[in-house]
Amino acid sequence: MYSFNHQLPNSVAAASSALGSADDGKFLAGGMTLLPTMKQRLASPSDLIDLAGIGDLVGISDSGDGVVIKAMTTHAAVAGSSVVQAKIPALAALAGGIGDPAVRNRGTIGGSVANNDPAADYPAACLGLGATIVTNKREIGADDFFTGLFETALEEDEVITEVRFPAAQKAAYQKFENPASRYAIVGVFVAQTAGGARVAVTGASQDGVGRISEMEQALGGNWSADAVANIDVPADGLNTDIHASAAYRAHLVTTMAKRAIAAAG
Amino acid sequence: MPTVSMTVNGKSVSADVEPRTLLVQYLREHLSLTGTHVGCDTSQCGACVVHVDGVSVKSCTMLAAQADGAEVVTIEGLDDNGTLHPMQEAFRDNHGLQCGFCTPGMVMSALDLVKNNPSPSEQDVRDWLEGNICRCTGYHNIVKSIQAGAAAMRG
Ligand SMILES: Cc1cc2nc3c(=O)[nH]c(=O)nc-3n(C[C@H](O)[C@H](O)[C@H](O)COP(=O)(O)OP(=O)(O)OC[C@H]3O[C@@H](n4cnc5c(N)ncnc54)[C@H](O)[C@@H]3O)c2cc1C
Ligand code: FES
Ligand code: FES
Repeated sequence: MYSFNHQLPNSVAAASSALGSADDGKFLAGGMTLLPTMKQRLASPSDLIDLAGIGDLVGISDSGDGVVIKAMTTHAAVAGSSVVQAKIPALAALAGGIGDPAVRNRGTIGGSVANNDPAADYPAACLGLGATIVTNKREIGADDFFTGLFETALEEDEVITEVRFPAAQKAAYQKFENPASRYAIVGVFVAQTAGGARVAVTGASQDGVGRISEMEQALGGNWSADAVANIDVPADGLNTDIHASAAYRAHLVTTMAKRAIAAAG
Repeated sequence: MPTVSMTVNGKSVSADVEPRTLLVQYLREHLSLTGTHVGCDTSQCGACVVHVDGVSVKSCTMLAAQADGAEVVTIEGLDDNGTLHPMQEAFRDNHGLQCGFCTPGMVMSALDLVKNNPSPSEQDVRDWLEGNICRCTGYHNIVKSIQAGAAAMRG
């Protein structure tokens, strides 16, 4: 790992301005993505602006019609939260399936959402439930937040402070996971929401997480696994790697969608 | 260089370290606690698992600076004046190790599991060990060891 300065600001405003003044700064949350990347010298920021010193970025609350999860809340805390388990059990289960216990003890929702790894789990939940990502500057709907592979609408010095998830009438997440890392080879989050059915897919597309409108329309009139069973997702634009070909991923999208709908009940 | 201070196995320690010092480097190279191992550079193997403020973490993926002020327990902190911890004893009794490289991480992960789940099923143990890789044993005796260690700890 190349050397860097470690800064520990005690407010979001101070963190944002520290990033603004750094040569090439990066926020540090759980470090479960950033530190391995730096160890492999794929990133060499001049400054790590550690968000752990900001008291107000951890916690989960019930917002009445959903849950609010602050950015530095760990995956383990979300998985174990009685509030999340009661309001959106699919989200608690998703958090409990990220990586392994030691990763879940450090990794945070803010870091996962900001990173937008094309195989990560939380982006599928954000898009599937229609979450709102709140920063120190504005509120961004999930549909506008995830803009591509490892790309988001965030500006350089913008800090995610919390993610607001509306509860759904029904929701479930199913992933076909890489057995070594547990990242999604294909993961599908389905939800029946006040605004209609939503189907979000992670792991599959070269553009990162996205929705499948054809499946959403089919589910609008008939919430059942059968409704999507004959929808063939084109393999064009899907990832091919050592884990799975694009054609196999296309097949998995429909299979995981069917399983998720069945699991949602 | 910034100073980091923490409690390691009950003792207060403090040192000036470069910000890029990983917790595992600090433990091994500054404190000579070489029981915590490094088996990969991808944060996947779990040979480096220690407890920080009571929960298991991969010390290869945490800066020493992030553990400033924390309570750290390593494999060296488990024995009671030379008497092995029941979980360590269970690994010995059940042939839960061959080369032993993964063992410190396995034991530390196991203890984090039984803290919240004192009677883990075989499946609970296998799921929990997702982030701990063993190249030797095939896991069977590790799972047996952890269940036996948990039983011994229940008394
Ligand atoms: C072995 C292993 C297995 C894993 N398996 C999975 C898996 O199955 N599924 C999955 O989804 N993920 C997986 N992960 C990734 C894990 O979930 C990470 O915790 C997560 O992607 C990043 O969160 P973090 O808090 O560690 O962020 P960091 O690594 O600290 O930061 C990641 C990025 O986000 C930025 N950032 C962090 N917080 C904020 C914020 N509040 N505002 C703005 N920017 C911010 C940082 O600057 C950095 O660019 C795995 C990781 C490992 C090491
Ligand atoms: S050395 Fe830490 S996970 Fe492999
Ligand atoms: S005993 Fe050799 S790696 Fe597990």
